[in-house]
Amino acid sequence: MKFTEEHEWLRPEDDNIVVVGITAHAAEQLGDVVFVELPDVGRTVSKDDEVVVIESVKAASDILAPLDGEIVEVNDAIVDNPSKVNDDPEGDAWFFKIQVESLSALDEYMDEAAYKDFIA
Amino acid sequence: MATGEDDRFKHLETRDMCGCGLPHGHDGHHHAPQQEAAEPDQEPDAPKRTPLHALHRELGAKMIDFAGYEMPVQYPMGVLQEHLHTRSKAGLFDVSHMGQVVLRGRGADVAQALERLVPADIAALKDGRQRYAVFTNDEGGIEDDLMVANRGDHLFLVVNAARKVEDLALLRAGLEPDVTVKEITNRALLALQGPAAADVLAALAPAIAEMRFMDVATVEIAGAECWVSRSGYTGEDGFEISVPAAAAESLARRLLDHDDVAPIGLGARDSLRLEAGLCLYGHDIDAGTSPVEAALSWSVGKARRANGARAGGFPGADRILRELAEGAPRMRVGLEPEGRAPMREGVALFAAEDGGVAVGRVTSGGFGPTVGAPIAMGLVPAAMTAPGTLLYGEVRGKRLPVRVARLPFTEPGFKR
Repeated sequence: MKFTEEHEWLRPEDDNIVVVGITAHAAEQLGDVVFVELPDVGRTVSKDDEVVVIESVKAASDILAPLDGEIVEVNDAIVDNPSKVNDDPEGDAWFFKIQVESLSALDEYMDEAAYKDFIA
Repeated sequence: MATGEDDRFKHLETRDMCGCGLPHGHDGHHHAPQQEAAEPDQEPDAPKRTPLHALHRELGAKMIDFAGYEMPVQYPMGVLQEHLHTRSKAGLFDVSHMGQVVLRGRGADVAQALERLVPADIAALKDGRQRYAVFTNDEGGIEDDLMVANRGDHLFLVVNAARKVEDLALLRAGLEPDVTVKEITNRALLALQGPAAADVLAALAPAIAEMRFMDVATVEIAGAECWVSRSGYTGEDGFEISVPAAAAESLARRLLDHDDVAPIGLGARDSLRLEAGLCLYGHDIDAGTSPVEAALSWSVGKARRANGARAGGFPGADRILRELAEGAPRMRVGLEPEGRAPMREGVALFAAEDGGVAVGRVTSGGFGPTVGAPIAMGLVPAAMTAPGTLLYGEVRGKRLPVRVARLPFTEPGFKR
């Protein structure tokens, strides 16, 4: 598992697919999530494209694509029930899966220990 | 994702839930000479603290700089649960940042004097009663909204925190020397709101059970002389309690000791007032918005209207009386987005899904926890105010359907 400075977690799976969500720290800071908009499956994205809109009772935030690739699956359950993002941000409430050319693209990101230092 | 310490509350910091409309920053306005409220160990430029500051910290509040005060935006319960708790039980709010002002006549009739500045009927306000009013300007816009209480030998006003300086200047310029204008700085202001509020407060002060909505009374609570009104900013039954600063923390602790009472921050205060259809100064109303446009015509007394006993005589009367007779070109309405996406302040409203220019805009918007859906208020052309009227709000470049709705969004719980 890797972490971005934008408080996303990235979990590699088979076939160069990476699952993306937001960290518990991010969910806690955002507050109660009331709206999530996910990208279309099949969309090709570049790193730093705005791919997800997430709104809490406090504010709207964007989630940027952490990698170049293609969106291959999205988690519609969090669109139907946005509070899942607060309940289980690093588990059931993943946002999307992105297929990348090479998992080496993850290398630039922090490991868990580095992320913990980052948010400390 | 933007969750850094500096910007995680950008939304709330840039809003003015007590009613300002001025930028919140180091703009001088927030550092006006009111240092008597500041604790002695504070830097002179730091945001002021209320008498409940230590208690907020102890309760785990997230604090923000709001209208020049360090205020709790939420407690560990979170905005959503705080909101729902207030609607089902009772919430305790620290609103000590708001301005408390006493007006006393010096030979002159203080009520008639205040009518020079507000279109409300103050002369008819009975001893022990409170009324909503707005300060108007010469153009018929609103300088602030306020509560006016007749406390027998004087009037007691509660004004928005960030308009305190402007309001005091306006009061002094408009009323002195007929009236003395005294800002009360040695009292905190607490609000206890929600269906359980009356039972909770009556346990400490049985006399409050006799009060009706918009009554005011002097009541001893836990040994302190409190100035109590049965009113608030949530749409629920409840009380606002002006308490001597030295007694504020112990009173707050007594109230919080009750199982039904939770501390509530500015975040939930904003969503509660939005569901209740109540205006926020600097957002839904401002110096360019008239009381008629703001759907606040009810606050203009009959006696102050054309053919009334004391018609006109307040700033901007020409425009306001004309709009009362002919209607205003635009009006504040409730708005219900059809989808799940909140439409926040500033969202442009269109009459069609494609083309055309904006016909209005959202003035306040967000998620309504009790409604369970996004809700908003906005200004729209007079021809588009019928409930059910379909409009489109432009959110992130997409026009999304939104319907005009009746206000309030939630049933009021007032004890009339």
